[in-house]
Amino acid sequence: MPETWILLGASSSMARAMARALAERGDAIVLAGRDIADMEATAAHARLTGAPSAVVARFDARDPGTFQGVLDAAGDGVVNAAVFVGSMPDQSAIDADPSLIDGTVTDSFTGPARFLQMLAPVIEANGAGCVIGVGSVAGDRGRIGNYVYGAAKAGFHTYLSGLRNRLTRSGGHVVTVKPGFVDSAMTWGIEGMFLVAPPEAVARDLLKAAEKRRDVIYTPFFWRYIMAIIRSIPERMFKKMSV
Amino acid sequence: MRWKTTEYAGWGRALRATGNLARPERLSSLTALMREEPAPAIGNRRSYGDACLNTGGKAVATVRLDRILSFDPDTGVAEVEAGATLGDLATIFAPMGWLPAVMPGTGFATVGGAIAHDVHGKNHHGAGSFGQHVQAITLILPGGETRHITPDDPLFAATVGGLGQTGVIASAALRLLKCKGDVMIVTERRIGGWDEFLDRLDRSDATYTVGWIDATAKGGDLGRGILEEGETGSGLITRRGKARAVPFDAPGFALAPAVVKVFNTAYYKRVPERGRTVVKPIEDFFFPLDKIRDWNRLYGREGFHQFQCVVPIENAPALRAMLERIAQSGLASPLAVLKRMGPGRAGMMSFPMEGYTLAVDFANRARATRLIGELEADALAADGRIYLAKDALSKGATIRAMYPERAAWAEAVNAVDPDGAMTTDLVRRLDLRSL
Repeated sequence: MPETWILLGASSSMARAMARALAERGDAIVLAGRDIADMEATAAHARLTGAPSAVVARFDARDPGTFQGVLDAAGDGVVNAAVFVGSMPDQSAIDADPSLIDGTVTDSFTGPARFLQMLAPVIEANGAGCVIGVGSVAGDRGRIGNYVYGAAKAGFHTYLSGLRNRLTRSGGHVVTVKPGFVDSAMTWGIEGMFLVAPPEAVARDLLKAAEKRRDVIYTPFFWRYIMAIIRSIPERMFKKMSV
Repeated sequence: MRWKTTEYAGWGRALRATGNLARPERLSSLTALMREEPAPAIGNRRSYGDACLNTGGKAVATVRLDRILSFDPDTGVAEVEAGATLGDLATIFAPMGWLPAVMPGTGFATVGGAIAHDVHGKNHHGAGSFGQHVQAITLILPGGETRHITPDDPLFAATVGGLGQTGVIASAALRLLKCKGDVMIVTERRIGGWDEFLDRLDRSDATYTVGWIDATAKGGDLGRGILEEGETGSGLITRRGKARAVPFDAPGFALAPAVVKVFNTAYYKRVPERGRTVVKPIEDFFFPLDKIRDWNRLYGREGFHQFQCVVPIENAPALRAMLERIAQSGLASPLAVLKRMGPGRAGMMSFPMEGYTLAVDFANRARATRLIGELEADALAADGRIYLAKDALSKGATIRAMYPERAAWAEAVNAVDPDGAMTTDLVRRLDLRSL
């Protein structure tokens, strides 16, 4: 029986690349997000290229009422999930309207966490299943440019670490992914982008990490070293820098 | 929509533009963009000259809208987004027994680009042009209105081969062609000279036919080359590995005349004197150069030009004279193609006409651009036509004389894009939209 993958935030370029890779190897897919028409297109492509089933379910990180429907769409058998949701308003927009913090934290942390909390018993009951949580290198250190987004992702990283601690006891697994810059609509045209990775390469890294049951990965890999350096800068100096 | 300011170029890299590019990932963002700040579409930029450039302006890259939306195995009709590449479609559909009905020389060309240039392939003599297999187009007009157009809509013939001037193509329904499988059975034959080449092309009854021509061979060898005739088949063969890339711009001497001459002779002799039949993966037959990613860098930073014209059957002697001019110059690169075309075309600005088409690549040097200028005049005198997907150098008056439906097309285009929001460097250079 094929495994099922739930993709949260299925209109993101990373999720679309992942859907292609999953279809090619014959996994069933649940595409979850808000742009139904867009996800229908991805689902049709997946069905034509090898997915035994590809269905669309409405998921809104800010509307927990949509969560159960996504879980139900997965049906029986081993259920895996990959989380691509998140939002990153300009820090200046947040400075002007601090209430934007709530949405950012819900999209990038508490919404997906609440969903995964509902999925966890399913994985435990199946005795198998993998969660891929896409965080961000921005969660490794608070920076002047996007510290609200970074804080939400840091919270998500910690949540994933705890979830891994829990699910590993029943045969499940959790991969924390920290992508650097990915060539997506989010980074298109933003100044100062470098070493931008294609979403297809990121999707490959994710599936490899799930297969090898890696705990925390950076993608592309070299971000591990970049972030090791950034983390090692003493706060006394870091607070005056703008990296 | 966020815009990225960048320098970009067509495949020939001789012409470059700096401008703002958007790259929508969803249909809804493309529609919003066309409503608020309409701009011409570009695909994978496999046209050679400036058809895909908009200097100082905006352009919309459709490459992220690249999904197959539906497929009906009973009719063979596939609805696909404009950014899907023909190579991807071939890879996905061939194992199911279907192929895009027309495939140009590179699998990296997008569906949107194939429609906008009404491209042709190695089966043009039988199957006609790409646009003849398009059942419907979903077009977003400047201003944001979405239209579903079919061949009976007057806008259809203005959009197919229409250089992106009617709006941005979002998706299209394509009638695929049945194939036996994903391998090709190819017969390769040495051709000793010009007359024999035309004779062989005229007599070929293969589905796919193309001639490689040694554009450096002179005298008695003029027009020598290799004729390739192919049919699809089924079977099990080893697929090629990952494509290799050209890592940097090559120095100027990489394609010096002496090197090309040696290469061409070796390439010619590669096929045994008595010919041979080989079996290869479809992509090796249709897209031989895609094996080397970024091969255009072999021409160095200066880039290159491709001259491609078609002349009517009865004016074949004029084409022979053009080849002679090319051979005398010693400027040609190994990439030269001779093919017989049928009459099939689907748009007012479509390139094909019944006749012989010759395509030759030249490194971008002053002598080569002068030569291409002379060849253009020759093509016009022979009642021929220059292919706009390749053109970077022509004069507007020449091109306008070659495309008899140009004025009617301009009228149709100006009606849906009165502000000229869709114009590109090519359209302005050749002044194609003036009435």
